[in-house]
Amino acid sequence: MQTRNINLTINGKKYELVVDVRQSLLELLRERGYTSVKQGCGVGECGACTVLVDNVAVDSCLYLAVWADNTTIRTAEGECRDGKLSPVQEAYMEAGAVQCGFCTPGLIMATTAFVEENKGKTLSRQEMKKAHAGNLCRCTGYQTIINAAEEALKK
Amino acid sequence: MAIGKSHRRKDVRAKVTGKTRYTDDYSMPGMLEARYVRSPIAHGLVKNIDTTAALALPGVEAVFTFADVPKNVFPTAGHPYSLDPDHQDVADRLLLTDHVRYHGDEVAIVVARDRLTAGKAAKAVVVDYEELPICVTSAAALAPDAPAIHAGGNILKSTSFEIGGSLAEAETRADLTLQGTFRTPIVLHCHLENHTAYAYMDDNDHLVIVSSTQIPHICRRIVGQALGMEWSRIRVIKPYIGGGFGAKQDVVLEPMVAFLSTKLGGAPVKIEMDREECLVATRTRHSQTVTARAGVTKDASITFIDLDVISNTGAYASHGHSIPMAAGSKCCHLYPRAVTKFSAISHYANIPAAGAMRAYGSPQLFFGMESLLEEAARSIGMDSVEFRLKNCARPGDIKAKTGEYEHAVGIKECLEKGSAAIDWEAKKKRYATQTGNIRSGLGVACFSYGSGTYPACVEIAGCRLVLNQDGSVHMQVGATEIGQGSDTALAQMATDTLGLSYDRIHVVSEQDTDVTPFDPGAYASRQTYVAAPAVHAAADKLKRKILTHAALMTDESVENLNLANGNIVLQDQPEKVVLDLRDLALDSYYHKDRGGQLTAEVSSKTRTNAPSYGCTFVDLEVDIEMCSVTIKNIINVHDAGRIIHPLSATGQVHGGMAMGIGMALFEELMIDSETGWIYNGNLLDYKIPTCVDIPDLESEFVDTFDPTSPYGNKSLGEPPIISQGPSIRNAIWDATGVKINEMPMTPKVLFTHFRAAGLL
Amino acid sequence: MFPIENYHYATSVEDAVQHLAAYEGTKILAGGTDVLVRLHEGKSGYGHLIDINGLDELKTISMDESGTIFIGSRATFTEIITNDIISRNVPMLAQSLLTIGGPQVRNTGTMGGNICNGAVSADSACAALVYEFDLQIQGTEGERRESIHGFHTGPGRTILQQGDLLKSFVIRPENYTDFKASYIKYAMRGAMDIATIGCGAAIKMHGEEVETFKLAFTVAAPTPIRCPTAEKTMKGAVISEESLKRLADAVAADVKPRTSWRASKEFRLHIIRTLAKKVTRQAVDNQGGTC
Repeated sequence: MQTRNINLTINGKKYELVVDVRQSLLELLRERGYTSVKQGCGVGECGACTVLVDNVAVDSCLYLAVWADNTTIRTAEGECRDGKLSPVQEAYMEAGAVQCGFCTPGLIMATTAFVEENKGKTLSRQEMKKAHAGNLCRCTGYQTIINAAEEALKK
Repeated sequence: MAIGKSHRRKDVRAKVTGKTRYTDDYSMPGMLEARYVRSPIAHGLVKNIDTTAALALPGVEAVFTFADVPKNVFPTAGHPYSLDPDHQDVADRLLLTDHVRYHGDEVAIVVARDRLTAGKAAKAVVVDYEELPICVTSAAALAPDAPAIHAGGNILKSTSFEIGGSLAEAETRADLTLQGTFRTPIVLHCHLENHTAYAYMDDNDHLVIVSSTQIPHICRRIVGQALGMEWSRIRVIKPYIGGGFGAKQDVVLEPMVAFLSTKLGGAPVKIEMDREECLVATRTRHSQTVTARAGVTKDASITFIDLDVISNTGAYASHGHSIPMAAGSKCCHLYPRAVTKFSAISHYANIPAAGAMRAYGSPQLFFGMESLLEEAARSIGMDSVEFRLKNCARPGDIKAKTGEYEHAVGIKECLEKGSAAIDWEAKKKRYATQTGNIRSGLGVACFSYGSGTYPACVEIAGCRLVLNQDGSVHMQVGATEIGQGSDTALAQMATDTLGLSYDRIHVVSEQDTDVTPFDPGAYASRQTYVAAPAVHAAADKLKRKILTHAALMTDESVENLNLANGNIVLQDQPEKVVLDLRDLALDSYYHKDRGGQLTAEVSSKTRTNAPSYGCTFVDLEVDIEMCSVTIKNIINVHDAGRIIHPLSATGQVHGGMAMGIGMALFEELMIDSETGWIYNGNLLDYKIPTCVDIPDLESEFVDTFDPTSPYGNKSLGEPPIISQGPSIRNAIWDATGVKINEMPMTPKVLFTHFRAAGLL
Repeated sequence: MFPIENYHYATSVEDAVQHLAAYEGTKILAGGTDVLVRLHEGKSGYGHLIDINGLDELKTISMDESGTIFIGSRATFTEIITNDIISRNVPMLAQSLLTIGGPQVRNTGTMGGNICNGAVSADSACAALVYEFDLQIQGTEGERRESIHGFHTGPGRTILQQGDLLKSFVIRPENYTDFKASYIKYAMRGAMDIATIGCGAAIKMHGEEVETFKLAFTVAAPTPIRCPTAEKTMKGAVISEESLKRLADAVAADVKPRTSWRASKEFRLHIIRTLAKKVTRQAVDNQGGTC
């Protein structure tokens, strides 16, 4: 088994790890209890495993754990601080953008990256949709998700 | 009142923070991973199977083949058990088979200490097959010389009924008779959480299964049947579920994980399907061919509707013939003054097994029915909406037809509301004369549906309420939350009947068949309808117990007391608080001489079935050269009785609409008709709509109250998916003059039709 | 867990090239959006990997004084799309890359991978062909420059030899200056899809007349292609219904679409003709292309 030593920060906590080079970032995170990170396809089609690596949204299923060396990772668990939801989480809750919830944490991270990148901009619904096209949802028809993104952008 | 308000969903905070745990979020030390060995051919017999190389791999614990499994043939459909042997589901499955019937069928299974090894070992199992002739299509499967896929032949069942009068007589009254044949695709559920389950034993004769299922109690029974175990020795736990849409209304992995654990000394064994397996080796939506006939008079009365369905159920029966029959019985509520004849034949074929999928045969049937009736309206020169308004159900029709109960009927209001919302009349005029490459069109289609499965199946539901020491109430229901929001809706009902605040009702969302009240589960848009009486009765019972205890504590008579906003108040002076419920609760638990834990439990059977209604209006644009359709505006209007939770109800409608648009314009599992080879069993090639593919969605409700539910509500889970296909088809016809009688209406299908029509 | 059998984390371009040359069948792992998918599928031939994610020198996007643009092979789609040099000078490249997958895939996938995996449907290929990319390649014998023309040799095949590592793409100023360009991806979905047909055009006008016209297709032949016959018909032409019809008629001689379960030859041919016209109009309308 080939391994590499990596250092990374997950939701503000520092880790020094020896990781199997065959492991995905998805597996690394789930093994450490960050189970908001869901596997829906394993090939970057559904976005359920979306996390932020240095504030950039990636599919953690298609991302080797070793690549996370010297990075800062954010997952949905870490967005709620001291019991207070992030503006994006709040927006999802208020908009009714949550049904089965399996796609939700990944979508919340995609919206978070989107909102942080476009703060203060006025964007069309179509542009907002394009920014969420990497996440599949089969429950909501995306309507309330885009409503949530729209609200979160205003906050 | 909690009902009618969009209270915060019970699970929403947990879901946005990623705290809700799904099956794969639980793990056990020493959990073994199992992976199937699947057939690379669509029909054949295993001649030889060699597991030596697989067993030799380090980390492999065991390999089981068809030779090792119990010979108990079992059914898999998520229906309640039936006391009538003729009505029981077809038992045609073994855990593994040496007669493979579709590309991906299961011949062996490998258990290893990790997933990677299990995968490698599954590949190392060498299987020799004798190939058998293959039938993929209905025509091939029903041909006289077709190879038999099961011992009894390829026809699973064939039935018909006639309702509302005599077809022969109604035919003579028609001035015009129309006919058409309509084809619908194999569609996949694509719930975001794949099928996954694990099992372990916590005693020599007690099995625990944790599974992503819509039907924990049915699952327990079927595992018992498959393994020949007493049902009570099996415990099924349902954590949070990442969507099901019917694919998890079937027993798929549970008997196998249970079997493996029993074989491996009770060790925890898990099967976590990957996406590609989940798409083709679980269940699909039946592809159907609907031949529809209808008769109309010159003054636009439909005299008869005659529907003939060929339903391809694939390699195994699963829900089988129930699918076309359920849709057939529910469609009669829409135009009840017409005579309806319905016939269906269900058959096997060498393709993945079809099962339940959202709206259970109705999207297929209404594609045929509402497309043909569009033709009827146009043939007599009547506006599509006016034609439907003239023929659709009116209050009193259903009672007249069934002779049973009065139900709310709001389809007329749905049509009026939808027509106004989309600006039907003005747009109709604007679109009347169009030429050129880009053309707009308007379409409408209606549907009717049921609320539950009665009288085909038993409708049983259960609710248990417990007053906690702090004055809050724990609610347990057999109704299964799978994401649709049933926990929240049922908590709202309990809130109103009890007189507590919504925040004081806690729902136990995880289910456990050892503990959870009996209810067969999430399907048939039944839960809020059939659980409502149980919740109502249990809440009423608990309230009476609380008031009785209050009477003991206060010297007031029970009749003078009431529960409101979490306090005991005087019946005729509700502002006068007599007792805080918290104090009452503590007293009931801990007073040495009186009270006890105050609980109420009700199991109830529902013997009504309220029809629900609705319609889709669509305004779209066709780019003929690009063979593309762009939806400009799409609206669903529903008569679902009283709306319990407007935001969740709207969410159900949006989700159904998007799925319906997917079926109409994007989705089809493609299978080679010669070899049975599956071309697109992955999420790249099977095209479910992404965010950019779905237009902004509109939904409306009409205000009705169904008298058969204590809260006035009717079904809403499945109906939103039914009418997009025919409305889009009718709008494309409106825009281009081209009738497309097949779904999905993808660019390549449009190309073929546009070229045949001389548009290209 | 991916079934990786042998993994080497390259420390320099030379180190990568040495390893590539030394171990037959070793694949380069960059963004992972292709190679890791193949591994997940259990496809053979991907077990031995050289990971070049440590080679930051391959990420640079720059322009020299002459106006020549260099795009490092490891630059992600997003890095290219959001780069000012790209959006100012070759906006059609950004427009093309925006049609790839979804945001997450664009955040990790690289243009080096998109071109080097030889995909017939590569969304960057039309831009590469009409902007006449050169490819700077490091091989065991040293560095060399190859043209994009002839780079693709068949479905999934390129001229790259074992031991070759693409370092960067080079775009010369004469190939973008004064060109207007556009790309249309024809796919079954608006995102997360592969092209049924991809079509790119670059056009340089002289007054009302077309001075230079370049047209490229993906999925229209066994490799991404340019369309010499069709391009000729536009030389000196004025953009009109007639000239575009001539273009659409001529393009049939350049393409060789095939029937597969995804689409029939006839359908693809129809779309090819339609896109040739549409993309040309769009290129002219675009003042250099918008995203």
